Amino acid sequence: MDDSYDRLIGALAADLRPVRRLPPPALRALFWLTLVAAVAAALATFADVAAMWHRLAASRDMWLAVLGSIATAATAAFAAFELSLPDRSRAWALLPLPAAALWVGASGLGCMRAYVLPGTHVAAIGETRDCLLFIIGLSVPLSAALILMLRRAYSLAPPLTAAMAGLASAAAAATLLNFFHPFDAAATDLAVHAVAVVIVVAAAWALGGRTLRNSFAGPVTVPPAGSN
Amino acid sequence: MAQANVISALKHEALRPFLFPCSISFSPVIVPSAVKPRPGHAMKSVEQTRTESDTRRSALMAAAQMGDRTAYETLLRDCVPFIASLARRQGVPSDRTDDVVQEVLLTVHRARATYDPRRSFDAWLRVIVERRAIDILRQMRRRGEREVHAPLAYESHADEAVDLSAGIEHKERAKWIGAALAELPQRQREAVHHLVLEEKSLGDAAVLTGRSKGSLKVNLHRALTALRLKMHRGD
Repeated sequence: MDDSYDRLIGALAADLRPVRRLPPPALRALFWLTLVAAVAAALATFADVAAMWHRLAASRDMWLAVLGSIATAATAAFAAFELSLPDRSRAWALLPLPAAALWVGASGLGCMRAYVLPGTHVAAIGETRDCLLFIIGLSVPLSAALILMLRRAYSLAPPLTAAMAGLASAAAAATLLNFFHPFDAAATDLAVHAVAVVIVVAAAWALGGRTLRNSFAGPVTVPPAGSN
Repeated sequence: MAQANVISALKHEALRPFLFPCSISFSPVIVPSAVKPRPGHAMKSVEQTRTESDTRRSALMAAAQMGDRTAYETLLRDCVPFIASLARRQGVPSDRTDDVVQEVLLTVHRARATYDPRRSFDAWLRVIVERRAIDILRQMRRRGEREVHAPLAYESHADEAVDLSAGIEHKERAKWIGAALAELPQRQREAVHHLVLEEKSLGDAAVLTGRSKGSLKVNLHRALTALRLKMHRGD
């Protein structure tokens, strides 16, 4: 066998430490979703939950939109954990697409209604800024937690994996926004939500990808030739 | 030929999720005794060997996860020919196979916590090799677009810092200065010779020539003025 292989294998064996096997992706995704549920429970204490139920009960498209955003968060998180394993297909990135289509489609349906939901009004441009800040602001800690969990694995497609983490976080943040969103669907409001999601996914793609590339594993020092 | 392989491999990788949208698949789970080849089947021994080696590697990796260095070293050594052969099959030229093997060994090391011993080790490793081989092929293609292999062009490239006319110019100037110095009066010539050309101190020059320091200074000043004038006139 080549001397360079010998030295590399020797260095890798010397660097070997016992590792704890990662739990299945579904379990890890469930752990993150539990974290999101805990954040939701904390936010619910400040929100007017009764008003939210009232709004949701008034229209089917609102329900479908919330269902879509929850499903997007869950499937994107699951896809991110699958993609963090080196042997998994990149086709996992397609998993959240149907849920995202439901989310976008149902949200878009709201614009086509001829009536405004009770207890709501159409958000003005200034008010939509708060939505943007809420989604981005909440996505940051949720993405950070998810990317930290993903760093325990070793993705061979770091930007794609990080983008999935961004999508999961943005969808979760958009779902939690419903607690504090006394507005009916309007094109400007939806456009702002879409912009916020795109910003989060793009930032995760760029920054998270770099973070995932530098995994927890430190560099392996291979001794130079003839040092044995 | 190699280029064609690069392109086809890249296209295949880029289109994979879209060509096979339903191929969201897990790597095969080992079921050692589930498939029993029929007696007399031609593939029997091959299948059995493959499953056995896979099971053995899987066990070695499980031991490595627990920190067993001997098992780990045995596993990595066992994997090298397997990785090299897979890389060649992916279209990696033989001079870059080593790069793929090293990248894969490093990836296996860093991703070892992600391996689940209930799954096939060979299938896990195969995907890693394919991905790393594609990375190397992409790297080669990018380098091929940016760089040209032309050793003769490098050898025959003219060094712009070297000015062949500089030597001739220098000689001409030295000749001109020599002639101009020869035309100077004796005292001025002595002053230039000792103080400028030989870089002696005023005291030493005064002792050597037997003249005063003041006289030497005046003669040097006059000599330089005369030379400057000559130069301006272009004599």
